[in-house]
Amino acid sequence: MSATWPAIRIIVNGAQREVSVPPMKRLLDVLREDLHLTGAKEGCGEGECGSCTVRMDGELVNSCLVPVLQAEGARVETVEGLARDGEMHPLQQAFLACGGAQCGICTPGMLMAAAHLLEHNPHPALAEIREGLSGNLCRCTGFIRIFESVIAAASQTEQTRHAG
Amino acid sequence: MRGNAEAHQMVAPGTLAGVLELIAGEPGAWTPIAGGTELMVAHAAGRLPASRLVSLWGIADLCFIASRAEGIVIGAGATFTDIRNHDGVAADLPLLARAATWIGSIANQSRATIGGNLVNGSPAADSSPALLVYDAEVELISVRGKRLIPYRAFHTGYKRNALAPDELLYAIHIPRRFAGHRQYLRKVGTRRAMAVAKVALGATALIENGIIGELRLAAASLAPFPARLYCTEDSLCGKRIDTASIRAARATLLAEVLPIDDIRSTAEYRRRVAANLLEEFLTELQNTERPQ
Amino acid sequence: MSTAATTRIVGAPVPRKEGVDKLLGRAQYLDDLEFDGMWHGATVRSTIPRGAIRAIHFDPRIDWSQFAVVTAFDIPGRNCIRMIFDDQPCLADGRVNHCDEGIVLLAHPSKQRLREAVAAVRIEYDPLPPVFTIEESEHQDVIVWGEDNILKSFLLEKGDVDSAWARAAHIVEGDYRTGAQEHLYIENNGAIAEYSGENGVTVWGSLQCPFYVHKSLMAVFNLPEDKVRVIQTETGGAFGGKEDYPSIICAHAALLAMKSGHSVKIAYDRMEDLAATTKRHPSRVRHRTALDANGRLLAMDIELSTDGGAYRTLSPTVLSRATLHAPGPYVCPNVRIRSRAWATNTVPYGAFRGFGAPQAIFAVERHMDEIAAAIGMDPAELRRRNFLRTGDTTATEQLMRDPVILDKLLDRALAESDYHARRARFARENRTNPVKRGLGISAFYHGSGFTGSGERYLNSLAGVDVTPDGKVRVLVSSTEFGQGTNTILTQIAAESIGIDYSDVIMAPPDTGIVPNSGPTVASRTSMVVGRLIQRAGAQLLEMLRQHAGLREDFTRQEFFAACGCYRASHGEVVSLCRYEAPPNIYWDDETYRGEAYGAYAWCVQVAQVAVDSVTYSAEVEEFWSVQEVGRVLNPVLAGGQVEGGIAQGIGYALYEKVVWQNGHMANNQMTNYIMPTAEDVPPIHIFFEEIPFAYGAFGAKGIGELPHDGPAPAILNAIKDATGISFNAIPLLPEDVCARLAEPAPVEEPATV
Repeated sequence: MSATWPAIRIIVNGAQREVSVPPMKRLLDVLREDLHLTGAKEGCGEGECGSCTVRMDGELVNSCLVPVLQAEGARVETVEGLARDGEMHPLQQAFLACGGAQCGICTPGMLMAAAHLLEHNPHPALAEIREGLSGNLCRCTGFIRIFESVIAAASQTEQTRHAG
Repeated sequence: MRGNAEAHQMVAPGTLAGVLELIAGEPGAWTPIAGGTELMVAHAAGRLPASRLVSLWGIADLCFIASRAEGIVIGAGATFTDIRNHDGVAADLPLLARAATWIGSIANQSRATIGGNLVNGSPAADSSPALLVYDAEVELISVRGKRLIPYRAFHTGYKRNALAPDELLYAIHIPRRFAGHRQYLRKVGTRRAMAVAKVALGATALIENGIIGELRLAAASLAPFPARLYCTEDSLCGKRIDTASIRAARATLLAEVLPIDDIRSTAEYRRRVAANLLEEFLTELQNTERPQ
Repeated sequence: MSTAATTRIVGAPVPRKEGVDKLLGRAQYLDDLEFDGMWHGATVRSTIPRGAIRAIHFDPRIDWSQFAVVTAFDIPGRNCIRMIFDDQPCLADGRVNHCDEGIVLLAHPSKQRLREAVAAVRIEYDPLPPVFTIEESEHQDVIVWGEDNILKSFLLEKGDVDSAWARAAHIVEGDYRTGAQEHLYIENNGAIAEYSGENGVTVWGSLQCPFYVHKSLMAVFNLPEDKVRVIQTETGGAFGGKEDYPSIICAHAALLAMKSGHSVKIAYDRMEDLAATTKRHPSRVRHRTALDANGRLLAMDIELSTDGGAYRTLSPTVLSRATLHAPGPYVCPNVRIRSRAWATNTVPYGAFRGFGAPQAIFAVERHMDEIAAAIGMDPAELRRRNFLRTGDTTATEQLMRDPVILDKLLDRALAESDYHARRARFARENRTNPVKRGLGISAFYHGSGFTGSGERYLNSLAGVDVTPDGKVRVLVSSTEFGQGTNTILTQIAAESIGIDYSDVIMAPPDTGIVPNSGPTVASRTSMVVGRLIQRAGAQLLEMLRQHAGLREDFTRQEFFAACGCYRASHGEVVSLCRYEAPPNIYWDDETYRGEAYGAYAWCVQVAQVAVDSVTYSAEVEEFWSVQEVGRVLNPVLAGGQVEGGIAQGIGYALYEKVVWQNGHMANNQMTNYIMPTAEDVPPIHIFFEEIPFAYGAFGAKGIGELPHDGPAPAILNAIKDATGISFNAIPLLPEDVCARLAEPAPVEEPATV
C-alpha cells in the first residue's frame, strides 16, 4: 500500500527523512508510526491539549493538525532533538529540578512550547509564560512548577551566556 | 483518530495560479485547506466530508501583509502569528491585533490563517467582529479575475458565504480611517485561553460634540454568522450617550440578536452578556466624553 | 521519630526517579508500544441508556472472516468485572444499562478497516425506561438495579440528634449539589494483550492497580493466578480514573488476543475515553444543623446521596469515604449521617481523587458559611469555635490521639492571605467596582489509607531486594502515574538502608515480579506502603548484619559486598514486610464506629475570587493552602501534588461540566469539556506544617487527595463574600451566576430559628 504514495521529504531534528504515506496522514502519525519518534503524544486529536506540539520551520504547531503534505521540505523539531550531545537542554534540566514534569505525558509538547517561547523571548514575564504555554494542557502540576521551570531555565541560559 | 487519510486526495499546486486553475477546472470539487486548524479537527473526528483537498499552505501570493496609504491589505494566507507580529496592524488595527491573540494558542496561531477563519464561517470566529467594525472589504479571486465586496456581505448564512465555486478568498482590505474612532472589542469565552467565544462584541464610534456620529457594532456567537448589529447602531446614531439612550440601545440589541442554546452556553446568557458589553462600551464613551 | 535533621534523602528535593526518561521523550506509554504482528482492537458500544439487546447485525458487505469478533458468548470464565460486587458485565449480554457500554469487540491489523467495521455493526434494542438522576432513582418508579435502586447505604449515629433541636439557639438547613467530573488525564485509557494456551493472559496497560486487573482477568478467563500477568506501562495521569476501568479495557484486549491469536492493542481516543469511562460521582447533600447561642455545634443531621451510575463498582467505598468526611473537621456531640448511593443509567461513576470526600466537604464547608451568615458570625471564627482538637472525638467516636493543629493552620492561612484586611478592602471597593471580589475559607481533613478495616483486609506485602549487578530494587505493585511513587519509595528505601538514592531502583510494575502491595489509591502509598519499605530496609540491614557480617557503619562498597556474601550463602537477597496495623485501632463495619482512618491529613485553604458583573464569570485570583500531612518526603513533589490538586479543584468548582444527553456525555471533546489552562490557574501559595506520624514512612501521612477536597467550597464561599449570593451547586458556570445576578435577589435566606 505504502508504495503507491509519492515520497514526502521532511527534515526531522536535522536529519533528512523520506516517507511514502497518504498526503492527509497527520504529521503526528508520521512521526510516531513511520519515523518511530514517539515523543510527541496524541491527547485529543483536535489541537486542544498540545501534547503533540512540535516546531515546523521555526513555528510551534500541533502536529495532529498538520497534513504531512504540508510538511514537505519543512524542518521539524521534536522533543527527541532537544538534548544535544547527550546533554539535556536547560529546559529539561530545569523541569527535572523544579518538578515541571509529573506524569510526563504533556511534557514533550510542553517543552517544545517552552523552548519556542524562550527562543523568541529569553526573559519572559510570568504573563508571557502563561500565554506561551496556554495551548499545552497539564492535568498534574497545576502549571505552577512548569512556570518555575521556565523561569529557572531562562536564568540558567543567562548565566551560561555571561559565563561564556 | 477516526478519519481515514487514505480516503482523502490532497494536492499542493504550490502557486496561486495553479490552485485557481485546478478549482476552475472542477468548480466545487476541491476543498481548499490552509492551516488545517478546522478541517483537520473534523478529519480526526471522522467528520471531514471533503474527499479532495487542495493545499493553500505556504503559497507566497497569499501570505502577505501590505501597508498602503488607504489601509492595510492582508493576504488570506497570513497566519495570526503574522498578524500579531506586524507593526502596522498593531499600530493601526489594534482590535485585529488583539483578536489575533484570541485564536486558540500559539501553536494554533502559527497555522490558522485569516482567510481560513473567514471562509470557515464559524458564528464564533474570533477575527470577524474586528473586521466588521473596521468596515473591511474582502477580495475574491478566480481565473476570471478579482472582485471586492464588503466583508459585511461575505457571510450569507450558517457556514455559507459569497464565494463562487471557482473562487478563493484572496485578501482582506482594512481601511486605516478609524484612528479617530473610539474602539472596543471584548470576547467572553469558556476560559482565558483556548476558548471558543460564547459571545464577542466589537465597536467603533466617532463622537462629535458628545453625539454619536458614525457607529459600527458587530458580534460573534449571536447569530448564525458574525454580523453587524444594524438596528442597534441605528438606535444610537445621532444620539447623546446618557442613561436613557443606553437603556434603549440595550433593548434594541436584545431584540436584534438571535443567539442559541448550545453545548457551550445558553441563549439567555449570550443575550444578557452582549447587552452588558454594549453598555460597558457606551459607558466608557460616556465617561470620557463627559466634561471633566 | 526521624526529623529533617536526621535524614539524608527523605525530605530532600531529589529529582523524580523516572524524570530523565520523561523529559527526553523516551518514556514508553502504552500507545508508544508496537509489537510484531500486533492487531488493533475496538469496541461497539450501546447507543441507548437502557434496554434489551434483541439482535446484533453484522453488515454483510464486510468480510468478517478477516476480523476477530468477540461477544459475551466468547468469554471463557465469568462475564463480570470483579470489584466489590460482581454486577458489571465485561460485555453486555442481552441487556444494556448505560450508553457506551461495550457489546461487541473487534480486532484487525488495520485501524482503518477496524473503524469501518465498528460502523457496520448494528445493535437492535427493545428500549426500557431509563433513570438519570438521584431524584428519579430515589423515586423508585422505575427500578434499574436490585430491588430498590440502592447500591449501598450507611447510617452513622453519634449521640442523640433528635433531642438536640429543642435546645438549639439556631437551626440552619442547606441543600448542596455537585456534578460529575472527568479525570481528563492527558493519556487516554489503553491496553495491549497477548494470549497463549501455555502462558495464559499477559496484558500491558496504563493503570493504577495491577492486582485489581489481575483479579478481574482471572475471573473473566477462568485462569489461575500464575496464568495471568499484568504489567503497568508508563501512565500519563490517572487521578483514580485508572483504578477500576483498566479491568475492563484489559479484559477486552485479552479477549481479542485470545480470539485473534495475535497481540491486540486497544487505545481509546479522547472522544471514546470521555464517553465510556468513569467520572466523579454527582452528589446531593442536605444538612440540618443545630447550634447553641455561642455558635457551637449541637447536632448535625446529614443526608448524603450519590449517583452511582449503572453498576455498583466502587460506589460503596466512595460512599463510605463521603460519609466519613461529611461532618467536616468539627466537634459535634450529636451526629446522624444517612447516606445512599443510587443507581442510574449512566456510565458507572468511579474513583476520582478524593473519592467522595470532595463532594461531602463541598457541602459541609459551604454550609458552615451559611451558618456563619445566619447567626451573624465571621466564618473563620465559627470554624475555630468548632474545630476538632487533640483529645476530641469524631463522629465515629475516634479519639484524636495525635496532635490536631487546625487552629495553627487557620492562623497561618489567615495571616498569609491577609484575610481580614483584604476582606475589609474588598467590601469597600465592591460598592463601586463592577468586579466584585471576595475571600472564602475551607477547612477539612482527609483520612489517609483505606477506610476502617480496609488496610487489614488488604494485608499488603512489599519490600526490597538486591540484584546481582548491585542495585537495590523496591518491590511493590504501587504504581507511578505522576504522583511520585517511584521517587518517594526509592528515597525511603535509600534512607532506611543507608545507601544513595542513585543505588535504588524500582522493580518493574509487573504482577509476575512484584508482590501485592495493594492498590495505588486512597493516599496510602507514602504512609502505608512507604512504611513497609522503611521496615523492609531495616530488616534487610538486620539480615546482612546477622548473616553477612555487615558492620553498624558501612560504606557503599561494604554494603554490596555483604549482599554478595549473603547471596552466596543464602540465595536471593530479599526482604519483604507485611502490613501491621498500628496499635489501638478498632473499627466496627456494622455500626461505623471506631478508628475510621489510621491518620488524618489536615488543611485550611483560602480562595480570592473576582466576579465580573459584565460577564458573570468568577475567576480565582489567588489561592492559599496550609496543610499538615505529617513528614514531607520530597518538598518538590509534595508541592506539585498540592498545586495540581488545587488546579483540579478550581476546575471542579468553576469550569468542568459534563453535559448529558439521554445518558450520553454530549461534550466528550477537550474543546467542550473545559479544564483550566496555564492562563486560568492563579498564583498558589502553599505552606506545610509537619507533625511526623509515628506509623507512616519516616512520619509521612497521605497527601495526594487532600488538596482537591477544599477549593470548591472555598471558592463558592468567596463568591458569596463577593456578591452576597449563596451558590450551592457546582460546577458554577457564568451562566448560573447570570441567572441569579441578573434577576432581583430571590428570598432564599437559610432558614434560621
